Amino acid sequence: MTSGSVNKPKKDIPQLLWGLVFGIAFGFLLQKGGVTKYDVIAGQLLLRDFTVVKVMLSAILTGMVGIYFMKSRGWVELFPKSGSLGMNVIGGLIFGAGFAILGYCPGTIAGAIGNGYLDALVGGLAGIMTGAGIFAALYPKLNDGILKWGYYGKVTLPQVFKVSDSAVVIPVVVIIVLTLFLVEFAGL
Amino acid sequence: MNYMTEVRWSPYVAGVGIGILSWLSFLISRKPIACSTTFAKASGMVEKLIRGDMVDRKLYYQKEKLAFDWQWMLVTGIVIGSLISALLSGDFHWQWVPDLWASRFGTGPVLRLFAAVLGGICLGFGARWADGCTSGHGISGTMQLALSSWISTACFFIGGIVVAGAIY
Repeated sequence: MTSGSVNKPKKDIPQLLWGLVFGIAFGFLLQKGGVTKYDVIAGQLLLRDFTVVKVMLSAILTGMVGIYFMKSRGWVELFPKSGSLGMNVIGGLIFGAGFAILGYCPGTIAGAIGNGYLDALVGGLAGIMTGAGIFAALYPKLNDGILKWGYYGKVTLPQVFKVSDSAVVIPVVVIIVLTLFLVEFAGL
Repeated sequence: MNYMTEVRWSPYVAGVGIGILSWLSFLISRKPIACSTTFAKASGMVEKLIRGDMVDRKLYYQKEKLAFDWQWMLVTGIVIGSLISALLSGDFHWQWVPDLWASRFGTGPVLRLFAAVLGGICLGFGARWADGCTSGHGISGTMQLALSSWISTACFFIGGIVVAGAIY
């Protein structure tokens, strides 16, 4: 390979296939879990149906324990997203408004399409792509301003509190388990 | 294998399954499960079809390159996996207006589609602003204990609960 040549990176076909496999499994689990349905998601945001919280907290609990175990063995590295107050608070709230009005999130738009829900296929899909496109158009102005406000970067909670991973993982496990018990006990 | 044809699984079983899937995603693909970037790329790719290659030069699409990548395959897979699951249980059916929506706003599809587009715009815009959604931040980011994800996810739900309460 000469230093002057520009080589287009070859598509990693096996990894693309893994992405598809993981997606199929994810979509299957979301649908079986009930979260590809407007009634379930809106029901959660109306605090009538706690399926979404149960699915998410179970996933976070399982995922966190496994990921941090694998990290401690050096089998995986973490990929925390970079952030700032400007990005995460404002973006989060705008997302939340959309979440409530549409009644699906990006992943469950895809799941709802697979379930036959035409409001996701026709309305949700057009909307989310339009919204993302508007952001891309505004990005140059936002990036040097509000998106950097209160910047903290890729920091994880153990780093924030300057403690070991276990010092955060273990209490979070306890909090999640207690929360799920409380939700069940309250009959939600 | 009757459990494959059940309409609903316990949310705990589905959640644990997603958690285990995340382990595999980290181990095999070195990637967390995430979705919203794909919709941003799709948007840019559609725009590129209309306006040509100059779209690639937009600052945001230099950061998020417009190409079919791992996450694109994941999101495509979600549609397929959900379809398979729904077909196996007989839950697949075309529907324009969700029942809960209809109980409050009526069965008219035009109003529902208007809300879906409006909600979708906020969803897509907010997801890119926060740089993640309920999968990327809400599940993958929080399980990694990323501060950005814990704050984002709290705000997803605060915003969602307040607005849902307001419109219903």
